[in-house]
Amino acid sequence: MFDDFFIRALVAGIGVAFVTGPLGCFVIWRRLSYFGDTLAHSALLGVTLAFTMEFNIAISVFVISSILALILIQLQKKTNLPGDALLGLLAHSSLAVGLVVVGFLTFIRFDIMGLLFGDILAVSVNDLLIIWIGGAFILLTLKFIWKPLFASTVNYELAEAEGLNPDRAKAIFTILMAAIIAISIKIVGLLLITGMLIIPAAMARNLSSSPQSMVIYSIIGGLLSVIIGLFTSLEFNTSSGPSIITAALLLFILSLFKIKQTIKLKN
Amino acid sequence: MSTDQNILVKLNDAGLQLNNKWLVKGVSLQVEKGKIVTLIGPNGSGKSTTAKIALGIYKKIGGSVEKYTNKVGYVPQKISIDWTLPLRVNDFMMLTESLNKDTIDEALSLTGVIHLKDKNLGDLSGGEFQRVLLARAISKKPDLLVLDEPVQGVDFTGEIALYELIKKISDELSCGILLISHDLHTVMSATDHVVCLNGHVCCSGSPMDVAKNNEYKALFGEQASQILSRYQHKHDHIHTDEGEIKKN
Repeated sequence: MFDDFFIRALVAGIGVAFVTGPLGCFVIWRRLSYFGDTLAHSALLGVTLAFTMEFNIAISVFVISSILALILIQLQKKTNLPGDALLGLLAHSSLAVGLVVVGFLTFIRFDIMGLLFGDILAVSVNDLLIIWIGGAFILLTLKFIWKPLFASTVNYELAEAEGLNPDRAKAIFTILMAAIIAISIKIVGLLLITGMLIIPAAMARNLSSSPQSMVIYSIIGGLLSVIIGLFTSLEFNTSSGPSIITAALLLFILSLFKIKQTIKLKN
Repeated sequence: MSTDQNILVKLNDAGLQLNNKWLVKGVSLQVEKGKIVTLIGPNGSGKSTTAKIALGIYKKIGGSVEKYTNKVGYVPQKISIDWTLPLRVNDFMMLTESLNKDTIDEALSLTGVIHLKDKNLGDLSGGEFQRVLLARAISKKPDLLVLDEPVQGVDFTGEIALYELIKKISDELSCGILLISHDLHTVMSATDHVVCLNGHVCCSGSPMDVAKNNEYKALFGEQASQILSRYQHKHDHIHTDEGEIKKN
């Protein structure tokens, strides 16, 4: 019943959902959704570089996004501009530069829509390896920095005072954000990656009472979104990214009913 | 290495400069095992800043800090926790260190908030949250406790009980405590060393010494001086049975 490419897309999407679940919770807790967006916008530049130099897309995107994150941190330290202005500046200028470079690359044909919104036809066995090995690495690293990262999310000074080294955890987390964008670009598309991070996590917030349960619900929400979204994509020939994100949105709307019930119970 | 094994943290001429303005400057003090050091001073005198310098929160400071322990419990003055985080009291207790159930229960019982263990942090009142903060700081049995106005918002009876608890903890765990407080009454009865700040160390010493100090009187007024000395002064008069005061 399934063609081979679809199984590959499904396995890739499931791998991505396992990683975006916990990372998405931190994106919400630390209010990083625009940061994620900025890194994702810069991914286009990474992709074009990969095409010009015939390099692996995921690695190229990872490198460019990491560099952008470093630039952002430096700009935050050295200018008096507010954080959101810097994010907007970097997001749109890197997207613009990426698109200009695409314009020059007339000798290479590639599917820009697939890049922006995800393409289930594009997932290769190589991509699967990158997603699952990279994903496992991201999750292990996150587990390792969980305590300092979470403690400093709750209160930076407490974490610093009690010897947890939150600055290091934050720097590592930034790298992890670049990595998740790099591995999920094929399946979700670079314009919708932040949606994949925050919508399942937002849904999970409506259902959970502890950080651990929020992470678990977030993973479940992501998995359901990927599965429902990819089947829709196969059935109606829609782009995979928008289909997944729409499924995630529906789950989020469903989770709102649970909140209504809780509020009723409280009163 | 410290020459004195009992020293937990030592500030040498420490200060913090922000935007070309010294928030606090030239602070030298040390906290030893089993001793309570109290910082007093008016608003904006650099008490919290000094505490944060001692904790190593600021990286670029004037002078130096020598810290001889990593087992630190901290109760910050203001804490801006994002209440959208799904966080129960029990999760919060294990924020910086994994603790077993008995340790958590014991600490929450000591500060009188064991019944709130499964409540969401956002649902607590100011005073309740303050008790949870204190419970969290003492639960890990730290060598050094830094308490920045630990009883703010706590009801009157609770305030006295918590100060007694702090004193008891300092004796039992023989940990050093750096305390910041506005409440001269309650604090002075327990403290070993007082540092009076006003952008710099205006005076320091035993509560009795500080009370006598002219700079202290200028800063807090004569009345505060009397409060402070009440706990340690020798009577120069006797109270008669009729309630009259008779000079010796």
